[in-house]
Amino acid sequence: MPKTMFDKIWEAHEVKENLLYIDLHLVHEVTSPQAFEGLRMSGRKLRRPDKTVATADHNVPTDGTPTAALIKDALSRKQVETLEKNAADFGVPVYSLGSETQGIVHVIGPELGLTQPGMTIVCGDSHTSTHGAFGALAFGIGTSEVEHVMATQTLNQPHPKTMRINYTGRLGEGVTSKDLILATIGKLGTSGMTGYVVEYAGEAIEALTMEQRMTVCNMTIEGGGKAGMIAPDEITFEYMRGKAGVPEDFEAAVERWKQLPTDEGASFDTEVEIDASAISPMVTWGTTPGMVTQVTATVPDPEKMDSPADKEAAERALQYMGLEAGTPMEEIRPERVFIGSCTNSRISDLREAAGAIKGRKVADSVRAMVVPGSALVKTQAEEEGLDKIFEEAGFEWRGAGCSMCLGMNPDTLFEGERCASTSNRNFEGRQGKGGRTHLVSPTMATAAAIEGHFVDIRNWS
Amino acid sequence: MEAINVIEGEVSVLDRSDVDTDQIIPKQFLKRVERTGYGEFLFYDWIRDGEVELEPHPILVSGRNFGSGSSREHAVWALHQFGFQTVIAPSFSDIFYSNSTKNGFLPVVLPEETCREIATAGQARVDLENQTVSWDGGEASFEIDAEIKRRLLGGLDDIALTLQSEDAIEAFEAGPGGTYGPVTTSL
Repeated sequence: MPKTMFDKIWEAHEVKENLLYIDLHLVHEVTSPQAFEGLRMSGRKLRRPDKTVATADHNVPTDGTPTAALIKDALSRKQVETLEKNAADFGVPVYSLGSETQGIVHVIGPELGLTQPGMTIVCGDSHTSTHGAFGALAFGIGTSEVEHVMATQTLNQPHPKTMRINYTGRLGEGVTSKDLILATIGKLGTSGMTGYVVEYAGEAIEALTMEQRMTVCNMTIEGGGKAGMIAPDEITFEYMRGKAGVPEDFEAAVERWKQLPTDEGASFDTEVEIDASAISPMVTWGTTPGMVTQVTATVPDPEKMDSPADKEAAERALQYMGLEAGTPMEEIRPERVFIGSCTNSRISDLREAAGAIKGRKVADSVRAMVVPGSALVKTQAEEEGLDKIFEEAGFEWRGAGCSMCLGMNPDTLFEGERCASTSNRNFEGRQGKGGRTHLVSPTMATAAAIEGHFVDIRNWS
Repeated sequence: MEAINVIEGEVSVLDRSDVDTDQIIPKQFLKRVERTGYGEFLFYDWIRDGEVELEPHPILVSGRNFGSGSSREHAVWALHQFGFQTVIAPSFSDIFYSNSTKNGFLPVVLPEETCREIATAGQARVDLENQTVSWDGGEASFEIDAEIKRRLLGGLDDIALTLQSEDAIEAFEAGPGGTYGPVTTSL
C-alpha cells in the first residue's frame, strides 16, 4: 500500500502502538529547568545524552555579553546558568552564551548537521516544526513531555491526521517563502491545520532553497499544525553535505533518505491546493498570523467579516494595532524593524536583506536591528561583510539569539511602537507590552526600514 | 498528577478566540525555574489593564483555538494554579491540549453554540468518566482519547507507565531504529 512520508517515519519509530522513539531532543533554557528538576526529584537519569543537545537562546542578551555569568538581568542569568549546570550534571552537550556554535535552537540543529531526513525530533518549543523541512517529523512539546523524553527517549503520541498542501505554479519575482506561508495561514486560518501533520508539496516548494523551506515549515504551528514536512531531495542533500553531524557514509545515507518521499497514490486525510503564482508580498495587520493581507491591499473592514467572532476579533485587533479599516498597507509606518528569529535569521535571509539595501540609509524615523540566528551565521555574515553593509545603512548589528521575536531579553518594543518584523508571531505584547508587530519577509522589512513605511518590494527599485 | 473526574461549579467566561499562551502567561514570567507560583501572573497584561476580569471558578469557557502559539507549559500551570480545573472551548492548539492532560487539567472540546450556552448558564458539571457536561437546561457529550482519559482518571504518572515498556525500548534501540540520527556527544 502506498505510504506518505509521515507514515514511513511514524512506522519506523513506533516502539509500540503510539509510543514513538525520539532520535534527537533539542533543549533550551526556558522550558527545561523544571524537567531536569523532575528527573532529580524522581532519581531518574537522562536516558540518552548522546541524542540530546542544549543551547541558550531565548533569554540571552545580544549586546555582546560574553558569558552567562555576565548577563545583567538576574533571572535570565540564573536560567542560563541553570541550563549549564543541568547539562553538566546530566552529561548533555551544551552551546551556551559565548560558544562559537551557540544560537537559536532551530538554526543550530540544521547548521550542525544534527537535523536529518527521516528522524523524529522534538524540543520544548513550538517552532520545532522548522526541522520538518529536511523530511523529518519534528514538533514542539511542553515541559512534562521534555522530562518524559529525557527519562525514556520516547513520547506517547495519539496518531495525528495528515494534510498535503499542493502549490501549483511558482512564486513571482520578489515573493518569498515567508509570503507563501503567511498567505497559506491567511487562507486556512490559525487553526486550519490543527490536529494535522502537514506536507508541503508542488513545484513552488521544490524550487525553494533549504533555508526558504525552513521558513515555511517553521510557521506551520501558526496555522495550528503539529508538524510541517517537505520531501528531501538533491537540494536537501547538497545543503547537508559536509556538515559536522551528518553520517560518515553520507552517500549510503542519501540512498536511504531517497526512500522517504510520499509514494505515488498515497492518501492524506485532507488535500489542499494553492496557486503559488497568485501570492503577493504579505503584511499582517492584526494580532494573529492569520490576520494578513497583500501589501497592495488595505486594512480590512471588520464589518465585512464572515462571522460575529471574526468581526469582534478584528475590531479588537485594529484597536490594539492603532489602525483604521481602509488604510492602504503601504501607508503604515513602522518605527522599528527587526530582522531575526528562527523564521528568518539564517545566512541567506541576511544576504537578501543586505542585498536590498544598495547603499541606501535607514529612515530617520526608524530604529532597525539585525540579529543573526546563530554565532556561526554571525561569523559567516561578517566574513562576507554583511555587517558593514547593515551598519553603514544604519542598522544595529547584534549577537545571536531569539531576541525581539519574543522580547525575553532586553530587546523589546516600547508601548505603542510599531515594528516590521521577520519573526513569526504578531500576538499582543509579544515583542513588548503594547508593541505592535507586522510580520513580513526580510526584504520587505529592509524596504520598510529605508522608506519608513511598507512598500511593494516588486516595484521598489 | 492528581486524579480528576467530576468538576462542578461556577463558570468564568473569557469571550475571545485565539487566546494565545503569550496572553495567558507573558514572557517575563518564564524566567523562573520553578513549576509553581504562576497563578498570580495569569493574563497579567489583560487583567492589569482592566481588559478582562476573571474569578477563579472551577470552570473556564472561552473561544476557538484556545492556547495557541508558544508551547510554554507555564500557561497550563498558571490557569491551574489560579484556580481553574477545566477549560471548555470549541478548539485548542495541539500542544496546549497535550500539556493540559499532563497536569490533571481537563481540556473539553464542545461546539461554539454549546460553549455559549454553558457560559450563559453560569454553572456547570463536567463528568470525565461519562464524558458529559451538564448545566441548567442542557447536557452535551465530549470526545476524549481513551488512553488520555484513563490516565487523567487514575492520576497516572506518564513516565512510570512508559518505563514499564523498558524492554520494548531497549529492543528498539538494539535494532535498526537505534541507528537513526547523529551522536550529539561526539560533535
